[in-house]
Amino acid sequence: MNPGSLPRLAPRAIGLGLLLATGAASLAFADPAAPVPNKGDNAWMLTASALVLMMSIPGLALFYGGMVRTKNMASMLAQVFAIVSMVGVVWCLYGYSLAFTEGSRALVPFAGGNHPWLSFLEGYQWNNLVGGFDRAFLQGITPDSTVATFSNGVVIPEYTYMVFQMTFAMITPALIVGSLAERMKFSAVFVFILLWVTFVYFPIAHGVWYWAGPDTIADAARALADAPDEAAKAAAQANLDAVLNNAGFFQKLGALDFAGGTVVHINAGIAGLVGCLILGKRIGYPHDIEPPHSVTMSMIGASLLWVGWFGFNAGSNLEATGAASLAFVNTMVATAGAALGWMFTEWALKGTPSLLGMVSGAVAGLVAVTPASGFAGPMGAIVLGLIAGSVCYFFCAYVKRWIGYDDALDVFGVHCIGGIIGAIGTGILVAPFLGGVGLVDYTKNPGSASPGEYDMMTQVTIQAENVLFTLLWSGIVSAILYKFVDLVIGLRPTKQAELEGLDISDHGERAYNP
Amino acid sequence: MKIVTAIIKPFKLDEVRDALTALGAHGMTVTEVKGYGRQKGHTEIYRGAEYAVSFLPKLKIEVAIPSELVNQAIDAITNAARTGEIGDGKIFITTLDQAVRIRTGERDQEAI
Repeated sequence: MNPGSLPRLAPRAIGLGLLLATGAASLAFADPAAPVPNKGDNAWMLTASALVLMMSIPGLALFYGGMVRTKNMASMLAQVFAIVSMVGVVWCLYGYSLAFTEGSRALVPFAGGNHPWLSFLEGYQWNNLVGGFDRAFLQGITPDSTVATFSNGVVIPEYTYMVFQMTFAMITPALIVGSLAERMKFSAVFVFILLWVTFVYFPIAHGVWYWAGPDTIADAARALADAPDEAAKAAAQANLDAVLNNAGFFQKLGALDFAGGTVVHINAGIAGLVGCLILGKRIGYPHDIEPPHSVTMSMIGASLLWVGWFGFNAGSNLEATGAASLAFVNTMVATAGAALGWMFTEWALKGTPSLLGMVSGAVAGLVAVTPASGFAGPMGAIVLGLIAGSVCYFFCAYVKRWIGYDDALDVFGVHCIGGIIGAIGTGILVAPFLGGVGLVDYTKNPGSASPGEYDMMTQVTIQAENVLFTLLWSGIVSAILYKFVDLVIGLRPTKQAELEGLDISDHGERAYNP
Repeated sequence: MKIVTAIIKPFKLDEVRDALTALGAHGMTVTEVKGYGRQKGHTEIYRGAEYAVSFLPKLKIEVAIPSELVNQAIDAITNAARTGEIGDGKIFITTLDQAVRIRTGERDQEAI
């Protein structure tokens, strides 16, 4: 079976792979009974989805809002709230489809040949980078449709999966506005984020998370093992290759990203850095900027983020199993470690252990453990957290000042740097001898997840490629989008409006009325 | 009659109130204010970044007292509010022309 002959109308999301599998498998052997969702899994995943929504609103909004000046508090909250609402709609219109269905098998143009800088994409299909429109307007999803998880023979309802992934798409662009805080027009934020999710988030989510699903792979591998003669073997091998090839770019590289450290945090972090460079500094930065208006709000927000992050990380297991418990524990302890890491570093270097420092460290730890949560062991996660807390402190306290960019709420220093530490750290901490769970091979023993072969250098290299590609894609495309929005509607408010505060100039209201 | 206006460190309010009450001042008005004097503000560090805080939070106390109590009031406030460090505040004395108690219509000495 060559790739072109895959049934075009077959549902194609990761777990629709199941149906695809049934279709493909029926060519070779008897149809296994279609699995039905487990009620416990579904209950957990719906809960996790609600928890992730709570991370954005009010968690992230308050965490950010506490760090701006009083006159921009309502603006900060409004931007996050509007982004969450807008992405919720866009996700249903085309976002879910672009991220989680199979894309075109046409080759990426301009790759190789006269464009050596694109040569790494030579021979790649669009499906590596972006999905298609099969699920646009959520067409074809019913309460009975299911998607695959990471276990053979386990599925969850597609609506649940769709809404869980929606909450990820909501929080990621909301992270960016921390860099742009206090000096970007609401209209510009809105249009930029609409373009950004379309051209950056959906493709990268597809690249990292889209795959055929374990059952499809198992069926194809089983068909190969059962093939009676050479011709059938060749056909089955081709089919297996096609199934394995039907995945996003990073997925095929073998990059490990359990809950989206790359897709969410590095992606948003670099977009924030590029944004604050293009946007320029706030008027009066650094000398005439007042301190955060409410560390209390930031502490509440960060704590809500911590709680919500259990949905983010343990939910990313897609099933209520022991692996979800591991991700839950890792999320707990890495965050605690990172809060201490930041606290002790700051205490040693500045003399006082600040509350804002601790909660910032906790967020850095949450970011760092995101890709590692399902792969590392708890001891590894604690070490990862300690490192993330202290390194992110170093970036926020020193590197930002040395370089002189105005990343208002340290989106780059916390999310991008924390995300990179997490992505690289995942490649190391997944090692079984460091307490990690090791790699998984779905083809070796079809129908069950077998341990894969692990080599630290190889894995770390893959992780680094994943990071580099995300930095480049998100950085370059974001820069283009900022410039485009600047040309069309302008990024910054007038000087008068910025000095008066975006609460009044953008929204006509104050966060606090006396 | 005089108005004594004192700008003090916020955490000194209770001591100042006790001292003035002991003196026979029957009421006071307290306002949260911000400002700076020779101290010229200070710096605070958030997430490793230094912020210059030029207007520091203080309390402004206003007390109306009979003229003969002025020096005692000054002593009482000075002793209660002093820490000996920069930023302890100031006392201003102004003359009060008239005072009226709204409920009864009493005037001047009876009203304060």
